[in-house]
Amino acid sequence: MRETFFTELYEIAKKDKNVILITGDLGYGLFDKFRKDLSGQFINAGIAEQNMISIATGMALEGKKVFVYSIANFPTFRCLEQIRNDVAYHKANVKIISAGVGFDYGTLGFSHHATEDIAIIRAIPEISIISPCDLFEAKIAAEYSYKNNGPFYIRLGKGKNGNMEIKRNNFDIKKAFEIRKGKKIAMFTTGSIINEVIKATENLQKQSIDVAIYNFAMIKPIDKEFILDSMEKFDIIFTLEEHRICGGFGSAVCEVAAEKSKKARIIKIGLKDDFTFVSGSPDYLRHINEIDSKGIENIILEYTGRKGK
Amino acid sequence: MNSRELAWEIRKKTLEIIHNSHSSHIASIFSVADIIAVLFSEILKLDSKNPKWEKRDRLILSKGHAGLALYVALQKKGFFDEKFLDTYCKDGSYLFGHVSYKNVPGVEVSSGSLGHGICIASGMALAAKINNQNHRIFTIIGDGECDEGSVWETALFANHYELNNLIVIIDHNKMQSLDFCENTIKLSNLADKWKAFGWDVFEVDGHNHEELKKVLQNTENKKPKCIVAHTIKGKGVSFMENNILWHYRDPQDEHYLKAMEELEKAKP
Ligand SMILES: Cc1ncc(C[n+]2csc(CCOP(=O)(O)OP(=O)(O)O)c2C)c(N)n1
Repeated sequence: MRETFFTELYEIAKKDKNVILITGDLGYGLFDKFRKDLSGQFINAGIAEQNMISIATGMALEGKKVFVYSIANFPTFRCLEQIRNDVAYHKANVKIISAGVGFDYGTLGFSHHATEDIAIIRAIPEISIISPCDLFEAKIAAEYSYKNNGPFYIRLGKGKNGNMEIKRNNFDIKKAFEIRKGKKIAMFTTGSIINEVIKATENLQKQSIDVAIYNFAMIKPIDKEFILDSMEKFDIIFTLEEHRICGGFGSAVCEVAAEKSKKARIIKIGLKDDFTFVSGSPDYLRHINEIDSKGIENIILEYTGRKGK
Repeated sequence: MNSRELAWEIRKKTLEIIHNSHSSHIASIFSVADIIAVLFSEILKLDSKNPKWEKRDRLILSKGHAGLALYVALQKKGFFDEKFLDTYCKDGSYLFGHVSYKNVPGVEVSSGSLGHGICIASGMALAAKINNQNHRIFTIIGDGECDEGSVWETALFANHYELNNLIVIIDHNKMQSLDFCENTIKLSNLADKWKAFGWDVFEVDGHNHEELKKVLQNTENKKPKCIVAHTIKGKGVSFMENNILWHYRDPQDEHYLKAMEELEKAKP
């Protein structure tokens, strides 16, 4: 996903000299071409994320379109007040790109598990949040954030997760996208965890349980209209994210749904209110946190009355 | 086991574990191996049977990505057994790519995000002063880590509170994540900077055990102490030295064999 995103950004930056890429001393091998061909548009700000975000703001206020890159929690938590006071409050044209969502950096441990970022960034006004699920959406995210003035937070999967491509026509990044049809049960998902949903629903299909899948590339602003319509249409809506349940994508869906009391109930699937203290591959850490395909399948079975807890 | 033997054990075991677990940061670990070995063999007052002993010296590894060096030293000093060490980066292990305290005897705090550990160390040093305790607080930071503003915030703080029980060791290998520090954010003369912040500053060869011992044993400083240890990233394996690739890559096949051969030859 990173490669796709930054290949697209390279093409954009080649045509627009006002595009600046700042890295927080990360992205080994990722920016070689950018650095070589567009050296005047590339900056390594060092290991200094707070400074990096404020510098990006300053440059953006002078007309630059600044993309800032780091991994996991460094470009969000480490510089949160800079994001709130400098970027968001001034509506600066800064795009914050973080690679490594959820457990992508599983074996690097808790400091590198990006599991609360959506909740925290979502609470800040003015910032749009994009959470691509595949290479297609990653490419669109680069284009869309470039074309639309103002702050963005873009959460890119790393490694094998998210490195597939779901073909689609007439795609609108602002709208929930139907991946799979279904009648009574729906799954709303975001980001590269989609591979687990697809697997879970295939297994459920064999047990004659039909689950519709809708992917949200954009978490903020969120597709309200679609959520409200779905509340009428489905009996149960599950939400899924590789992120803590508290304050994340599922919470965003619930906030919309709660505006009008409708028929469906919403069950949020995600990480519980506890750190993951152990190491592991992304697959393993998804598994012990019950957000792998099996865990998703079990929750759906439980809430559809097919299986006692 | 003397410090030179321990340093060698750290490098050898690190090579094996990084090779087996396909994990990263081998060059950062080799860079700091001698410093950690000298601390554990000659300097730190610790009790492996009682890791929480109140009077122990504290060691905070602020450049947490070199945690494996600390884990090997702790294992060799009897804090836990080798089987536990060998779970490094495996599914379900409490030992992973950045140093972590949870269920790991002998580790004071978790780090991984740079520029935190040194500030926690300042807090511990101040608490020791308030409590009239005599133990010392050691922290190891990277030179790239000195890009972080928090490092300089605590440099001001420690000077203000005259924390002469605090010893900061900078693993000054002149490299960081993508390039040499000089090509990233110039540090110029690091020693002068710390002096200007009011610290007692010493410069040593960070691979010379005698020099390290001497400066670490000395407790006469009235101010917080900063040791600028000149090191080589990847020290001990010729093709890893000063090569940024080995911040990331895990040695396999001929790289592994060649590295092992070089280490075996250097056995003390
Ligand atoms: C706040 C923060 N930003 C970025 C990183 C990613 N990172 C891990 S190691 C490293 C380079 C560290 O360089 P240095 O401190 O010189 O240590 P060395 O590995 O060279 O010994 C970076 C940027 C991090 N761990 N924490």
